Amino acid sequence: MEPGEIHALLGENGAGKSTLMNVLYGLYQPDEGEILVDGEPLKLRGPSDAIAAGIGMVHQHFMLVPVFTVTENIMLGAEQVRGGIAGFLDRRRARREVAEVSQRYNLRVDPDAMIEDLPVGIQQRVEIVKALTRDVDLLILDEPTAVLTPQETEDLLTVMRSLKAAGKSIVFITHKLGEVKAIADRITVIRRGRTVGTASPQASRDELAALMVGRTVRLTVDKTPATPGEPVLEVAGLVVDDDRQVRAVDGVDLTVRAGEVLGIAGVQGNGQTELIEAIMGLRPLLAGTVTLDGQRIDGWSTKKVLRAGVGYVPEDRSVDGLVKEFSVAENLVLDIYDRPPFGRGLSIRPDAIARSAKERIEQFDVRTSSAQAPVGTLSGGNQQKVIVARELSRPLKLFIAAQPTRGVDVGSIEFIHSRIIRERDVGTAVLVVSSELDEVIGLADRIAVMYRGQIIGIVGPDTPREEIGLLMAGITPDSTGDAPATTDGVASGPEGPGSKDEKA
Amino acid sequence: MTDNLQPGSPDKEPASEEQAAQVTLGNTEQAEAATTPTAPHQRPTLGRLFLENLWAANTFTVTLLSLVLAMVVGAVLMIISDPDVLATYAYITARPSDAINASWTLVSEAYANLFKGSVFDPGATTLTAALSPISETLTYTAPLVFTGLSVALAFRGGLFNIGAQGQAIMGVILAALAGFLLPLPPVVHLLVAVLAGALGGAVWGFIPGILKARTGAHEVINTIMLNYIAVYFLTWLIVQKGVQDPNRTDAISRPVDASAQLPRLFGEPLRAHGGILLAVLATWAVAWLLNRSTLGFELRAVGANPDAARTAGISVTRTYVLIMVFAGALAGLGGSQMVLGTTAAALTPLVIAQIGFDGILVALLGRVKPWGVAMAALLFGALQAGGNRMQSYSGISLELVTVLQALIVIFIAAPALVKAIFQLRAARAARLQTSLAKGW
Repeated sequence: MEPGEIHALLGENGAGKSTLMNVLYGLYQPDEGEILVDGEPLKLRGPSDAIAAGIGMVHQHFMLVPVFTVTENIMLGAEQVRGGIAGFLDRRRARREVAEVSQRYNLRVDPDAMIEDLPVGIQQRVEIVKALTRDVDLLILDEPTAVLTPQETEDLLTVMRSLKAAGKSIVFITHKLGEVKAIADRITVIRRGRTVGTASPQASRDELAALMVGRTVRLTVDKTPATPGEPVLEVAGLVVDDDRQVRAVDGVDLTVRAGEVLGIAGVQGNGQTELIEAIMGLRPLLAGTVTLDGQRIDGWSTKKVLRAGVGYVPEDRSVDGLVKEFSVAENLVLDIYDRPPFGRGLSIRPDAIARSAKERIEQFDVRTSSAQAPVGTLSGGNQQKVIVARELSRPLKLFIAAQPTRGVDVGSIEFIHSRIIRERDVGTAVLVVSSELDEVIGLADRIAVMYRGQIIGIVGPDTPREEIGLLMAGITPDSTGDAPATTDGVASGPEGPGSKDEKA
Repeated sequence: MTDNLQPGSPDKEPASEEQAAQVTLGNTEQAEAATTPTAPHQRPTLGRLFLENLWAANTFTVTLLSLVLAMVVGAVLMIISDPDVLATYAYITARPSDAINASWTLVSEAYANLFKGSVFDPGATTLTAALSPISETLTYTAPLVFTGLSVALAFRGGLFNIGAQGQAIMGVILAALAGFLLPLPPVVHLLVAVLAGALGGAVWGFIPGILKARTGAHEVINTIMLNYIAVYFLTWLIVQKGVQDPNRTDAISRPVDASAQLPRLFGEPLRAHGGILLAVLATWAVAWLLNRSTLGFELRAVGANPDAARTAGISVTRTYVLIMVFAGALAGLGGSQMVLGTTAAALTPLVIAQIGFDGILVALLGRVKPWGVAMAALLFGALQAGGNRMQSYSGISLELVTVLQALIVIFIAAPALVKAIFQLRAARAARLQTSLAKGW
């Protein structure tokens, strides 16, 4: 890093960008290697060391107290006091500092506004001001644009330019190519915990995308060509909001046929989670229909959807997939505990549960000390196998797997993938959502790319990954002809039916 | 497959495994801690293993040591609050034996009386006198089992039921009304009165349950508020015409008919009544419900991880309502014993004393497990019964018992403190802490 430079750190989700920056900010300790500041090795024991060394950070999720004013939030952690031991907070001085900093860098914030009343973009500005009042020379922005509207993003880029002009260095973490090209002086691409290349902003988007998703790594999955049958899942015109009542899924049409794997690729947070949750009856639909085997299932309870023959591997296994305190055996029947042979009337039958658990553990190669061990004591891969085993041990029409191999070791990935393909081969419709492009390409017979709540393209699995990478970044190929994709060049264009003939 | 992995790929694995490890860190540590102690030396003797296990920070040891610690603190309080004994400390450097003897006499006699009042009095000459302490203990225990189970059941479902007191009050009201308003034959009358008690509590539990399920209103706040409403409803109701005892001017209701009274276990004059049998039955029922029923499975799943429960198709809202109804019914049953048993026969403003709040302590002490709750209730019942004798024979005020109870629970709730004091090995300690830290 050089003074007055904006250095972009580019990479896919989970590539290690945030981890690296957390090390820089002293939140994590490096296992090996060292950090050099002005040529001096630096040992950071915590964020305060980092701040002392002139490093400030704006986190992806803001660290602000909602019921405090802007000034109070900025004071927090570096309270100015007067009156000696009585320790009155010197609000006036803090307020003056805030005003001064926001003036100097042209960052307009009202020092007396409550954080909870401010829009996200301004909250972020408060975070930046907070870092600046600590006299930092190096500012780390961790995916600052992820939560911003295009207008707010534009404002942020302006702010970054003025900071640069003032001689501050900025590390800008993102996976959006457009912003990088607009602002960065130097680009480092990280993939799977490694620097894979440094580029200048003059590099073309294609080059950057290729670097980002990587063309060398491809976890192959052995599979025969799919033999798709009748449509099993049909989603039409689906509109869903996320938890903050912001539109997350904006008119999605999808068809998944029996015996095929439809992969949904996309950078996380583009509505994939909400789409799946809406199908599963976990999230209310605002518009659109969901049809399973010709039957409308929108508005059904989750239990009814599961009973109708849908298997579901949720994206966050520790939150939604497993009850950690429960034993492996109990987790294996978490959604069928009340069906025979496990439940009879009001009672459950622990012996039946234990017997079936033993079988499943063997069948799915779950490494556990016993079926009665709490599932939380298992490794991530084995926890995931428990979920997959649970969902695949009843007859299914549709199998939905969201991030099926996140945080899972290689062996388990391979195993889970082979199980997914096996399920496809028995004629189940499979929907796989993953932010790992390799995984989607390896598994899917068709790939739908989701961007900002819409499917912006459905392509075959042989599509060059650079092209899919571009789609993930929201760039639809304007040129026609060379791609097997059938995107109409417009984001909201209807697709699905047209693309089917491209595969196989 | 592993052979033709491309060069970039292996780098990913340490990273992802690390992440996975971090996620499960807390749990794996437990697992390791649980397994390692047995591993290193080969085959220690059985006795040694037993001692080691006893001294490891398991639930039983910590509970026992908490009791010991509470009694030590209690002893200090007794000494401080007795002016005569305290006076001997004024010249402790000159004659330390005075202070030590006086203290020892005071404390040992007090605790001896506590024991004699609750378990067995060696000086008893008749069978009645010999059974009397046990009878008293069981009388105090029975309602506490119910309120303890009420709190424990809700806790297992992820809800903190502070409202056992209010639910018990509604239970005692309906039980008493059924007890003196309905002219029914003996056995039926008792049955109806008991069920009325359960119903009263269930209704009072349903309200915060449905509010939580439908609006997300926090059950802690709502149950506390409902406690107030129940207390003042009782106070108001007692002085109403048809409820108040016509022969009395003070706030007391008509007595419950003899046909609605729980039978005495050991006959007159011993107070132990059939409520304790109901308590054992209820403990068994709750244990079955939690561990062997589909509802219990749902309840535990919702309590441990509502998100996963919802994703698995369990209706979290329905479960919340059911939990509170069951918890309320249990507390109502506990309350109803205060008039259907031998403690009192008529409603008074303080008829149920503190059984609802003591239920919270009992549930925590019993580590929210049904049989643990029953044992904890027995301990609290014994402390109450023994406290009465301690007060009349040693002149130690009954409030000390309350202090002892509170101290026990504080030590239990802070297992780290007990471990630090007794230098217990850390085995399984992590698990211990989480069991109670959750929910607060």
